[in-house]
Amino acid sequence: MIDIDLTINTDLAREILTGFIQSEITRVGFSRAVVGLSGGIDSALSCVLAAQALGPENVLAVRMPYKASSRDSLDHAQLLIDQLGVQSKTIEITDMVEPLIHLDPEMSKVRKGNLMARARMIVLYDQSEAFKGLVVGTSNKTEILLGYSTMFGDSASALNPIGDLYKTQVRQLSRALNVPAPIVDKPPSADLWAGQTDETELGFTYEEVDRLLYLLIDQRYMPQEAVEAGFDEKFVDLVVSRVRRFQFKRMLPPIAKISNRTIGYDFLYLRDWGT
Amino acid sequence: MKLHLALAQINTKLGDVQANLDKHLSLIDEAKKQKTDLLVFPELSLTGYVLQDLVSFVAHRPTDDDPVFKPLLAASHDLDLVVGFVDEDSRHRFYIASAYLSGGKVLHVHHKVYLPTYGLFDEGRFFAWGDSVRAFDTRFGRMGMLICEDFWHASPPYLLWLDGADILLFSSASPGRGLGDNEKLESARWVERINMAYASMFTCFVAHANRVGYEDGLHFWGGTTVFDPNGEELVHGPYNEEALTYAELDLNQLRRTRARLPLLRDERTGLVRSELDRILSRD
Repeated sequence: MIDIDLTINTDLAREILTGFIQSEITRVGFSRAVVGLSGGIDSALSCVLAAQALGPENVLAVRMPYKASSRDSLDHAQLLIDQLGVQSKTIEITDMVEPLIHLDPEMSKVRKGNLMARARMIVLYDQSEAFKGLVVGTSNKTEILLGYSTMFGDSASALNPIGDLYKTQVRQLSRALNVPAPIVDKPPSADLWAGQTDETELGFTYEEVDRLLYLLIDQRYMPQEAVEAGFDEKFVDLVVSRVRRFQFKRMLPPIAKISNRTIGYDFLYLRDWGT
Repeated sequence: MKLHLALAQINTKLGDVQANLDKHLSLIDEAKKQKTDLLVFPELSLTGYVLQDLVSFVAHRPTDDDPVFKPLLAASHDLDLVVGFVDEDSRHRFYIASAYLSGGKVLHVHHKVYLPTYGLFDEGRFFAWGDSVRAFDTRFGRMGMLICEDFWHASPPYLLWLDGADILLFSSASPGRGLGDNEKLESARWVERINMAYASMFTCFVAHANRVGYEDGLHFWGGTTVFDPNGEELVHGPYNEEALTYAELDLNQLRRTRARLPLLRDERTGLVRSELDRILSRD
């Protein structure tokens, strides 16, 4: 197996990412941020970066438990809230999703999970208006590439500071920024049902898949070259097909072109237009 | 002879030329107080970088009846200026451009000759390609200007050197990329390496002004530098923040270095031409 090093300079990462949050929030007239805090490492890191960029008093951390959520999730989120001194709120989503779940006794775990993720999005965007803060995203590069998210749910945000960091890099930066150890060390989980963990559900570890994704995406390896570099062929095929299959989750819906000038094709401006 | 140079690594407002002009004028005032001879702004300093469909809205002509260039030309009576802008020619082609202003006149305009259109870049889609690389005379000697991708290629700095430029003024809007375990981004290290190499190989001064700030997710890293004819770094601006960086260029260093190291004297341009002719005539 070839040597693959995903280590990042955490001081420089912190500087660029806090600068990004600061710039992208203040240039559109805001000074505050809203972060959904799950108790996991990704949202913890986004919250730390937002607090450093804007000051803790300008960050609202929202805990949004469902009745089946683990107690640890709530406690771990609270650890971080106390450590950072950010503002916080706890809004249960049980009453939002239960009526829909009751409509269909056959509802699958995945559908329920999606409902919860989207209920949390609704809460965050409501708090965004109430707090006058932008929703800071918490999706990392690994899960975005693998499509391991709920569209318009946990993937919804106004800006995402950690979307170009692989999960293992999220861990490295989180350690450097003193995210509490219980958050950094526990197995990653969407906590949508009891005992769920990302790595069981995906069928591989973040450690393994990050190294492969780094070759395929960042280093532009052909799949066959990744196999020659020492990765199992089935694993490579699985990851390559996941990346392709979930491209739709990384895009706005395509608009059917009929006019001379169409949003997305030949009407091209950055979001930062005029700022 | 000494040249008091200042490099302005600024953030810009995307598509807001008036706001950017105001920032230029205030930095010109500041540099003037420090007795600056020449102040260099980064690529597209008057417009911002990822312009896309804004290109035609932010274009200007570098003439004294243009509302943006009029105050800049007036300011150039006090100190020489290099500004970055979108130039529109008489047939409405748009170029990424740098203008050298001095004594109320435009001494030279360079149109970017290499438009990166790969990876995160899409310049060739929105801009016309410049088609000349020329040195020009200033009150401090002969200079040449290049813009970002122009000096990622070896030939434009080489041509300016042969055309008599002893001071190379480079400007960029370089998006940072390649974060590894090094304390500098890959893109920053690459640019600093080649600028040091040009100064060393061409025994000339190389000054580089790079912008800072963010446009959507892109981050511009700053890190202005000046290298002397020995390839030594004279100044290094901070990364990731706005700054005016001053450098005193002792132009006599050109003579001392070239007396020791006659690379310019010995450069075999005839050999280059005959080999290029052969290479280009090959089927």
